[in-house]
Amino acid sequence: MRQLALLGLVFAALFTLPFFVESESWRTTIIMTLYAALLGQAWNILGGYGGQFSFGHAAFFGTGAYTVAVLQVQLGLNPWLGLVAGGALAVGVAAFIGFTTFRYGLRGSYFALVTLAFAEVLRILSNTVPFTGAGVGILIPLDPGAANLQFASKAGFYWLLWAITLGAFLTAWWIGHSRFGARLMAVRDNEDAARALGVDPFRVKMRAIMLSGLFSGLAGVFYAQFFLYLDPGIAYGPAVSVESLLVPIVGGMGTLFGPLLGAVALHAVSEVTREVIGDLPGISLVIYGTILVIMVLFAPRGLSGLVSRLTRSARRKTEGDRHA
Amino acid sequence: MHDASPILDVAGISKRFGGLQASNNISMRVPQGGITSLIGPNGAGKTTLFALITGFHTPDAGSVRFRGEDITGLAPQEIAERGMIRTFQIVQPFAGQSVRENIAVGAHLKIRSRAAALEKAEDVARKVGLGDRLDMDAAALTVAGRKRLEVARALATDPELILFDEVLAGLNPSEIRDVIPVIRAIRDEGVTILLIEHVMQAVMSLSEHTWVLNQGQLIAEGAPQDVTRDPHVIEAYLGKGMAERMAKQAADAVGGAHE
Repeated sequence: MRQLALLGLVFAALFTLPFFVESESWRTTIIMTLYAALLGQAWNILGGYGGQFSFGHAAFFGTGAYTVAVLQVQLGLNPWLGLVAGGALAVGVAAFIGFTTFRYGLRGSYFALVTLAFAEVLRILSNTVPFTGAGVGILIPLDPGAANLQFASKAGFYWLLWAITLGAFLTAWWIGHSRFGARLMAVRDNEDAARALGVDPFRVKMRAIMLSGLFSGLAGVFYAQFFLYLDPGIAYGPAVSVESLLVPIVGGMGTLFGPLLGAVALHAVSEVTREVIGDLPGISLVIYGTILVIMVLFAPRGLSGLVSRLTRSARRKTEGDRHA
Repeated sequence: MHDASPILDVAGISKRFGGLQASNNISMRVPQGGITSLIGPNGAGKTTLFALITGFHTPDAGSVRFRGEDITGLAPQEIAERGMIRTFQIVQPFAGQSVRENIAVGAHLKIRSRAAALEKAEDVARKVGLGDRLDMDAAALTVAGRKRLEVARALATDPELILFDEVLAGLNPSEIRDVIPVIRAIRDEGVTILLIEHVMQAVMSLSEHTWVLNQGQLIAEGAPQDVTRDPHVIEAYLGKGMAERMAKQAADAVGGAHE
């Protein structure tokens, strides 16, 4: 309950951010940070709590993004409907990938490779079929208005994103406090022992990948509405997959606040490098790679693991002082 | 041991791994209630038999019936749901999770609510003597602690039948003395228990009936006191000719006083 209260407090504070942040460029920064936290939490549901490391979350993200774009541009459907359809189709893609991989017990690096392959297949498909605009991409006409899921002010976009992200974080909280979550983590930590205690790993993983796919897909819908342009590389390219997994690995996998910490840390780093080095192409990837290696080597439990270790040792130290 | 309705009825089970006949036409009927045991030298196929019964392996031939229902070929989780739970010889804690969380996974088999499952986990932990280590990381437990955790997780599922795979192995004599009453208490609650055990002290003092497995085959069964005198069993454990030598030694020692 204390964790839920803290979550409420953090999201209440996040809700008020646009009232204090007036500059457009800073608003973009906080939007992109929260967006990274959403991508990260979506990945964290399957990867962090479930131990299934996907390298292809772009498959869900791109499906959500393309769904809302194509429905608007080709069929003239309202993007609010597109939001629902995008989430639903992303869940469908997740169910398909989950079924084909988990049915045959693919784990570890095999699962990672297969998810990567699925994302690539979808990227190539979207590059060839006509209704996605193929390689040229697809442009959503600018038409600001809440009815069109577009907002004249960045604050509107921010609150839309805030609501989706809140949903993802509440889902993660629920995983930490429910039978489903207990079973998911049991499967992550020891699949055989979980089976012996009556847990069906296939069912548990299916539910996890579908929840994970839902929030990745909704992140894709948000992206499409915010930038109003998609091409196969943006929607299904590896950049989204990498960002999805990097955020929780840096912040702390399988923890509620890890993706938020990771998103803030990564965006702070990328802002600083942009100030110091400028917009050198590819530099952010070099830095992300370096951070990833450092985190995996020295802080495998991410920033939140580091924080809890520091607070524990600090507490021990003050207790020691008291005894001395 | 041939009562009308055994809780577990294994009939003619066989399993071959490549050139190794791990189980060869094994039949056993475990009666409802009480403690029975399965013994045999290393590599006799005891753990394989447990795996065949609980669905971790599929038998090549034969059938397993649990409470009258044919469960041959069902998945482990389906068998667990029906009330038969196994533990692992090589302990399998959910590392990184606390003792309470580990046990709660078992409790969740029948309990949906998280709070109720955690409460049940605490009760069970106290029963097996882990009440003082509820918040400890399961990976930080001693060997004896981990064995208790295996017992606790199985017990938390409210099973009808527990298959304990060497829960006493690796414990020192005083730890064994501590755990034996725990196993008895589980039986007294009405849970049927089948043990695989190397610690003969435990087999003798706990179980009413024992099966002896050697090279994938059952070679003897009966009360533990009788079985340990069976020449086939002595030879399986100690080598060919040993039974004769021991009988001769015993006869020499007594000096024919009884005859």
